[in-house]
Amino acid sequence: MARFFAKHLAFLLLTLLVVSFLVFALSEFSPGAVARKELGAYATQEQVDLLTRQMGLDRPLPVRYAEYLGKAAAGDLGYSARFKLPVKDVIGKHLGNTALLAALAFACIVPLSMLLGIAAGMRESSRLDRAILLFSTVVASIPEFALGVFLASVFVVWLGWLPGTATLVAGGGWSVATQLVLPVAVIVLFDSGYVISMIRASMIEVMQRPYIRTAVLKGMPLRDVILRHAVRNAMINPITVIMLQINYLIAGVVVVETVFAYPGFGRMMLEAALFKDIALVEAGALVAVFVAVATNILGDLAYMVLDPRIRA
Amino acid sequence: MTDAPLLEFRDVGIAYATRAGEVPVIPALSFRVSAGEAMGLVGESGCGKSTVALSIVRYLGRAGRLVRGRILFEGRDLATLDDEELRAVRGRRIAMVYQDPMASLNPVMTVGRQLMEVPMLHEGVGAATAHARAIEMLREVKLSDPEAVMARYPHQLSGGQQQRIVIAMALIAEPALLVMDEPTTGLDVTVEAAVLDLVRELRRRRRTAILFISHNLGTVVRVCDRIGVMYRGELVEEGSIRQIFTDPRHPYTRGLLDCLPVLGRDKRYAPLVPIPGQLEPALSRPPGCGFAARCIHVDRARCTSAPIPLLPRDGARGHRVACVRAAELAPWARRRAEGTAADAAVVSDPVISTQRLGKVYHARSGLFGAGRAAVRALRDVDVVAVRGQTLAIVGESGCGKSTLAKVLTGIEVATDGHVTLDGAEIGRLGVDGRSRELRRKLQMVFQNPDSTLNPSHTVGYAISRALRRLRDRAPADPSAGVARLLEVVKLAPQMAARKPRQLSGGEKQRVAIARALAGDPDVIVADEPVSALDVSVQATIVNLLAELQAARGTTLVFISHDLAVVRYLADHVAVMYLGAVVEFGRVASVFAPPYHPYTEALLSAVPVPDPDRQYARILLEGAVPRASERLRGCPFATRCPRKLGAVCDDTPPPVQRMPGGHRIACHIPTAELETLQTALVEPSREER
Amino acid sequence: MTAPATAEALSVSPPATSRRRARDGWRRLARVGESTPATVGVLIILFWLAVAALAPLLAPYPPNATDLAALAHPTPSRAHWLGTDHLGRDLLSRLAWGARPVLVIAPLAVLGATALGCLLGLAAGYHRRWIDLVLTRACDIVLSFPVIILYMIILTTFGSSAWNIVGVLTLTKAPIIARIVRGMTLELREREYVAAAKMRGESALYIMLVEILPNARGPLIVDMCLRTGYNIIIIGVLGFLGIGLPPPDPDWGGMVKDTYGMMSVWPHMALVPCAAISSLVIGFNLLAVGLRELGLRD
Repeated sequence: MARFFAKHLAFLLLTLLVVSFLVFALSEFSPGAVARKELGAYATQEQVDLLTRQMGLDRPLPVRYAEYLGKAAAGDLGYSARFKLPVKDVIGKHLGNTALLAALAFACIVPLSMLLGIAAGMRESSRLDRAILLFSTVVASIPEFALGVFLASVFVVWLGWLPGTATLVAGGGWSVATQLVLPVAVIVLFDSGYVISMIRASMIEVMQRPYIRTAVLKGMPLRDVILRHAVRNAMINPITVIMLQINYLIAGVVVVETVFAYPGFGRMMLEAALFKDIALVEAGALVAVFVAVATNILGDLAYMVLDPRIRA
Repeated sequence: MTDAPLLEFRDVGIAYATRAGEVPVIPALSFRVSAGEAMGLVGESGCGKSTVALSIVRYLGRAGRLVRGRILFEGRDLATLDDEELRAVRGRRIAMVYQDPMASLNPVMTVGRQLMEVPMLHEGVGAATAHARAIEMLREVKLSDPEAVMARYPHQLSGGQQQRIVIAMALIAEPALLVMDEPTTGLDVTVEAAVLDLVRELRRRRRTAILFISHNLGTVVRVCDRIGVMYRGELVEEGSIRQIFTDPRHPYTRGLLDCLPVLGRDKRYAPLVPIPGQLEPALSRPPGCGFAARCIHVDRARCTSAPIPLLPRDGARGHRVACVRAAELAPWARRRAEGTAADAAVVSDPVISTQRLGKVYHARSGLFGAGRAAVRALRDVDVVAVRGQTLAIVGESGCGKSTLAKVLTGIEVATDGHVTLDGAEIGRLGVDGRSRELRRKLQMVFQNPDSTLNPSHTVGYAISRALRRLRDRAPADPSAGVARLLEVVKLAPQMAARKPRQLSGGEKQRVAIARALAGDPDVIVADEPVSALDVSVQATIVNLLAELQAARGTTLVFISHDLAVVRYLADHVAVMYLGAVVEFGRVASVFAPPYHPYTEALLSAVPVPDPDRQYARILLEGAVPRASERLRGCPFATRCPRKLGAVCDDTPPPVQRMPGGHRIACHIPTAELETLQTALVEPSREER
Repeated sequence: MTAPATAEALSVSPPATSRRRARDGWRRLARVGESTPATVGVLIILFWLAVAALAPLLAPYPPNATDLAALAHPTPSRAHWLGTDHLGRDLLSRLAWGARPVLVIAPLAVLGATALGCLLGLAAGYHRRWIDLVLTRACDIVLSFPVIILYMIILTTFGSSAWNIVGVLTLTKAPIIARIVRGMTLELREREYVAAAKMRGESALYIMLVEILPNARGPLIVDMCLRTGYNIIIIGVLGFLGIGLPPPDPDWGGMVKDTYGMMSVWPHMALVPCAAISSLVIGFNLLAVGLRELGLRD
């Protein structure tokens, strides 16, 4: 166990270092870009050069990177040019909003995918399996923005049951809860299509294993065979993928946030990137990588919990 | 034994739906098993014996279907049971034990829970009672420390222990019928012997009826009273063990017995007689006898016109045969010593030999390779292969015999000692470092027919590529070279255009042999080349190897776990245990006392398909030391039934040399061993 | 790995074999008809390929031409079968022309990623040791980075163009394929035919390309289908986020971006390109499902 954590912690640190350096190098790739951003398009080249020197941006990349790391370690991530606020505060606020969305979506995705995946894989090629396979293939094929457009045209434009935006500010007669319905629905549909097909494939494989035959031939009812013998085995392989969905839910939902004008982390990153708000991009990338590696560790842990063969 | 049968197949037909249409796997099958009786079903792969097993518990999958007849169990037609009644029969009245116990157990559940499920399910008992029952059952299958075993997961147990768990799970509800489908296939021979003994004992005690399904006639003899021989889904002969083994009347039964290597046979005195031809697919079922196309006694007019019924024989109670010529055939005799070929000249012209050969693997573990565990796969191995003869390496799984093959062929390199080929040292030369000439001299034939040929390449490509790479000059016409090599291994030249998936297992193995012969090698290392094949196919391949050796003077290093095949084919034998050679010598001297105690245990465990020659088994207890341990004494000391005492644990055994190059590494003087031991193998020639 | 070894490795199949192989391939392709999902998938893909190829003939107007007269009533009409967008551009024309970049970029990136991934995966899986360690670690790092954020950073830094999108997609997808190929190579390298090839002194390159790779093609082909569909989604997403192909040429994702704000008034402007992207991706994914099904039956 201790070795497991040491190994993963080392990898986490390594990844954070490599990625932060790459992002740092990439964002500050063009000389004078930062100062130009600060001064605007009408500043003269001399002014840009002067500010570049004043900000110490003419020093070599590794030196500046080391300095950045030092500050970051002390909790100073810089100042956001786009939001006119300390980066820490900007990220904190948006990350919180995204976490709400992610938690709601995750709470739906896991039971839904398990239910459908297991029901489909239980008996391959049955009518139920074909129906679920078609459903999961189709929903996983529709990009989130298209799903958003489809759902919105039905529930917002046509039926008028739900609001078309989710700004998290109650207004126009729509509560925050109703605002969350469509974004969560889009994420759940798009993402569970993929997770269902993973669980289905794993379940099909498990159902062909001799130990399932052993259980059936013990005289056990099919329901018990599935619940006691098949489900846990069928979840071993997909579990890491399921945990990785947390990563997608936090850092990858920029499209849904854009469709519904949701003030989340992904949209913040998009704005920062388009606005060349370098401090925010760098810090945001670090947060995203941290979440990614952390969910990886979570996935491995869950795998170990399910499969006693790994624990030995 | 009561007269009403416990299980009865009445004219049962089973078919599987495939893309090519419905295939009748079982055309029409009738047999009975009485209460308390043990019936064996034998046959080669594809004969439908596993389908029979699964049909008894109505588990044919969605593709399989009962197309005719009835399967009666305790007088009830199994097909008429509803789901609940069926569940009450499964596990409670009929239990099953399968091949591959590891796969049959749920890997994420402790074996205790899996055992307890059965009484809790069928008898509605509480967890505490079920726990007590499980412990009691584990004692009965002779697992030591049952409490601890209950808490283990399947992967924490050995193969033998796993199979005992599966047997315990089957018997815990005290079923009336136990169906065992290849229960010992894949287990080591000493473990197999212990499991078979256990089954026999349990059967005596519990009076459970057994339907024992196996491809191995030797294991059936140990457990069963009666035996049925299946071919292409039909029962071709049925009778008591004695009737079948001493007076087989069906040509297929005779063919099976004739092609089976038994411990007393060797290639010079009792050649194996393979069954000609090969199993036809079940789709094309001709009228009449299914075996007619391969039968040497066939009488076309009578055999291929009408279906052949399974008829009782006059004067032999319970013996039934499905052959129109059953009464006409001459009495069958076990083939022994036909020719009087001269013993191979005792010239010692060593081609390839090893001296104190050692191979240590360093398994890397931990973050920075800190926890390095050294696995000693070979320990001071000394063996010699004589030109034009066969050196066999035998031992159970994990004894290092495959590692030895890899080091000889250069797929791995030695870490200690020497390998000498024609006087040149090659132990440290990996395949990449070997010259073309050296690669040509030494080729290999592999174990698994399904992986020995690249599924993406045609047979012709596989062989012509070998020709090009191993010959000095590329042949002018590669297809002629391919055809010539195919002819050598008795395959038609048209085979060159085929892909491996269009070949049978035996054909694939022949192609592999042809590929190895492409460079006309001096030495062929064959790693278990026949262990994945059916007996009738195995016989043809073994004979082919012997013939090629006789014709070409090729030296064969033959790696095998099967002592009967080794006895048949080898001139010299090395017996390996835990990476060390415990006994080495000419085949006749290794298979006769004095034996190394391990050789003795191995030989006693070999299933002998002859009811008259059943020996007391020497059961090995104790654990095999881990291969990573550095041993001070004898590697076999932990399990040796003849262990002397502390000396065996603490001092390496001396190598005792006897005349003819026979040597045994043991603390017990060979003279004493000889007086203690009885001959376990019928001498092949002296007796006649 | 020397040049002669390469030449040898590539000139191995005599003509007879390659003809047979081609026949094999056709037979396998003909079997697509046995699977309903595969058939439907192929039909959808063929439909869009035809639309893209025939765009100049199909499109009634130039894709960027604005019809100011239609602005008052942009909904489908006799002049504009699918209506026009908010600038009065004919949606049918833009749809047809917009099929072109998607159907070029997505497969091109998949081919690039597969080629690169196969090379890396084969090298890592076959040679093990340090190459494996470095490659798998590098792949882990690339894979652990949320791709969409990576795309945002890279494409806003270097600017967005068709080539940049192909490059980004290739580089981010190659590690995934490398991991798949590595896994298969680790298994296949233990096969006895590989040992047999070593025994006759074949080069490492020959073994990787001729002995191992052909046996990994089944799962790879299925994966390529899935990945093409996924790439189409990403191209759409990039367009939708405004970091995709530069305007004004039609790009399905960009068409949605420009018009989804007008959903409540003119939903057809966003619905039409959304339906186009979705159907194309469904086509590829159904084909993948079907191919997998056919493979299982072998």
